Amino acid sequence: MRVDMRTLERLLPPGLILIVGIWVAAISYTQSPAAAFAFPRIIATVFVVLSLAVFIRTVLRPEAEDVTSAAIPTAEWRNFLPGLAIGLIYVYLAAANVGFYTSTAVVVFLLITLYDPAPHNRSATWIRRIVITAGFVAVMYGLFAIILNVFSPREILFR
Amino acid sequence: MTFLAYFGPVFEPVSFLLLLGGTIGGLILGATPGLSPTMTVALLIPFTFHLQPVQGLILLGAAYTSTVAGGAVSAILLKIPGAPANIATTLDGHQMAQSGQGARALQLSFLASLVGGVIGVFLLIFLTPILAEWALSFGPSESFWIAILGVTVIGTLGGGSVLKGLLAGCIGLWLATIGFDDIMGAQRFIFHPSLGGGINIIAALIGLFAIPQVISLLARGRRHRDVDVIRVARHPLMQSVREVLGRSRSVGIGTAVGSIIGLIPGVGGQIAGLVAYDQAKNFSAERDKFGTGHSEGIIAAESANNAMVGPSLVPLLTLSIPGSPTAAVLLGGLIIHGIFPGPDIFRLYPNVVWPFVNSMLVGQLLMCAFGLVIAGFAARIAMVHHSVMAAVVLALAVFGSYSVQHSMNDVYIMMALGVGMYFLERYGFSPAPLVLGLILGPIAEGNFVEGAMIARAQDGILMYFFTGTLNLVLIGIVLASVGYSAWLELRGRRGPEGGV
Repeated sequence: MRVDMRTLERLLPPGLILIVGIWVAAISYTQSPAAAFAFPRIIATVFVVLSLAVFIRTVLRPEAEDVTSAAIPTAEWRNFLPGLAIGLIYVYLAAANVGFYTSTAVVVFLLITLYDPAPHNRSATWIRRIVITAGFVAVMYGLFAIILNVFSPREILFR
Repeated sequence: MTFLAYFGPVFEPVSFLLLLGGTIGGLILGATPGLSPTMTVALLIPFTFHLQPVQGLILLGAAYTSTVAGGAVSAILLKIPGAPANIATTLDGHQMAQSGQGARALQLSFLASLVGGVIGVFLLIFLTPILAEWALSFGPSESFWIAILGVTVIGTLGGGSVLKGLLAGCIGLWLATIGFDDIMGAQRFIFHPSLGGGINIIAALIGLFAIPQVISLLARGRRHRDVDVIRVARHPLMQSVREVLGRSRSVGIGTAVGSIIGLIPGVGGQIAGLVAYDQAKNFSAERDKFGTGHSEGIIAAESANNAMVGPSLVPLLTLSIPGSPTAAVLLGGLIIHGIFPGPDIFRLYPNVVWPFVNSMLVGQLLMCAFGLVIAGFAARIAMVHHSVMAAVVLALAVFGSYSVQHSMNDVYIMMALGVGMYFLERYGFSPAPLVLGLILGPIAEGNFVEGAMIARAQDGILMYFFTGTLNLVLIGIVLASVGYSAWLELRGRRGPEGGV
C-alpha cells in the first residue's frame, strides 16, 4: 500500500494522541503507590479506547473526518510560522531573560511590522507602528507594574 | 426575594466602576471579530485575581453579558459576527444597515438583548436556589457522576464529532491529574520540572482560548481588511422601543428558546440565536421578509442569545456544570477565588453570589444604554488590523498567565497548551470539553476517592457508584447524551450521502 503525504498528515494527529494515551496508561498502571493512580487509571483506559477509536475511524473512513486540517495549506503555514516563531522565542527565551516590557515592545513591533500590509517605504507607517507599540507597552506597564503591582522578571534596560 | 437584600454591594464605588468598565470594554471587545466572549473572559480572569471575589465576579459577569451583546455591532455594521452567538443577527441586521437603517438595527438588537437578558437573569435568580436545594442531597457518588456528566455533555452536545468531544474531555481530565497527588503526595506525570506544581487553571484557560486565536490571526498573513463600517444615521429610540414591544411574539420566542438552551449544559449561545431565528420565521406571518432586513429576525436572534446567559449559570452555580463555554471559563474564575460552586453555594457565599447575580441584572441595563451610545465607536475599534490584535492578545496572554502566581512556568504551560490546542482545533477538537475536564477533574477525583473510601466500608465500589436512583439517573443522562449525539452525528453524516 502506497502511503502519500496527505494520508500521513491525516494520520499524524490521531497517531500522536494515541501514543500519548498509551504512555499515560503505561505510567498509570506501572507507577506506585497504586492508590494515587486509581483515578488516572480510569481516565487512561478511556483515553486509550477513545484515541484508538478516533485513529481507526481516520484509517477506515477518512471521508467521515470533519477535519479541515488534515492538511493545513502551505500558504497558511507560511503565514503563521514566522509569527509563531517570534511568539515562542518571546515566551521561552526573551520574556524571562530580557525582561517583560522590553521584550514585549520588541515582539509587538516585530509582529505589527511583519503582518501589517501598509507599505514599508513610508515614514508615516513606521511612525504609526512605533506609536502603537509605545502606547501599548505604556498601558501594560501602568496596568501591571503600577496598578496591579505585578513583579515581573528584571529588565535589562531599566529597573 | 432574598436577592433584593444584596443590591448594595453592586453600587459600591469600586464594584460599580468595574461593572461599568466591564460592560463598556465587553461591548467593544465583543464587537471585535476574532475576540470571542470566552477568550475575553479568560484574559480578564488574572485581573480579577487582584480584586475582592465579589468585585472580580462582577467584572467577569459584566464582560460575559456585554461581549455577547457587543457581537451584534459587528454583525450589523460589518457583516462579521463578533461571536458565533451573533451569526443569526447578521442575516437581517446587515441587510437593514445596508439600507441606511443601521441605527434602527442596533437599537432593536440592544433592546431585544435587554428584554431577553433581564428575563434570563430572573430565571437564574429563581431557579438556582430551587436546584441548589435539590442538589443538597448529593453524596460523593452523585457529585462524581455530576462532574462526569459535565464533561460528557459539553463534549457531546457542543457540536462536532462525539468521539473527539469525549476524547478532549478525557485529555482535560488527564491534564488535571498532573502534579502531586493531594492525598498520597505522589508525583504524577511530571515529565518536565515546570509541571511540578500541576497545571494552573487560569494559565490553561488563557492558553487554550487565546493562543489558537493569535495563531489564527497570524495565519491571515499581511491581508488588508476587506470590509468597511457602515455609517450609522440617527433613528428615534422610542420608535424602536415601540417596535420591540409590538413584536412580542418574536421576543417571546427568542427569550423562551434562549432560556431553555441556556439551561441545557454545554449547548451555548450560537445555537440559541439560530434556533430562535428559525422558530420566529416559522411562526411569522411575514416569513418571506426574513433575510431581507426584517426586524423580527434581529429581535428573535438577539433576545435569544442574551436570554441564554443567565440560565447558563444555573447548572454552573448549583452543580458545577457550565451551560456554555464562557460559563466554563467563569467556573475557573470562581474557583481561583476559592468559591466552589455546588448546592450550598448560596449558604456559604451569599455575600458574593447574590451581588454577582444582581450585577448581571444591572449590567443588562448598562449594556443596553451604553450599547446604543457607543455602537458606532465600537465598530470602528473593531476595524483594528489583525496584526495589532494578535500582538496585543499574545502580550496580554503572557502577562495575564504570569501575574496569577508570578511564575514563568505558568507562561510556558500556557503557550505549550495554546499551540497544541491550535493544532487540535484544526483536527476537529474543541477547547470547551478539554477545559471542562481540566476544571472538573479535581472535583471528580476528590469525590471518587471519598466515595471509594466510603464504599470500602460498605458494599464495594461497584455497588456504591452504580446503584441508587440518583446515580442511575445521572448515568442514564450521560449515556443518553452520548447516544443521542452519536445518532445525530451518524444521521448528519449519512444524510447527504445516503439520503437517510
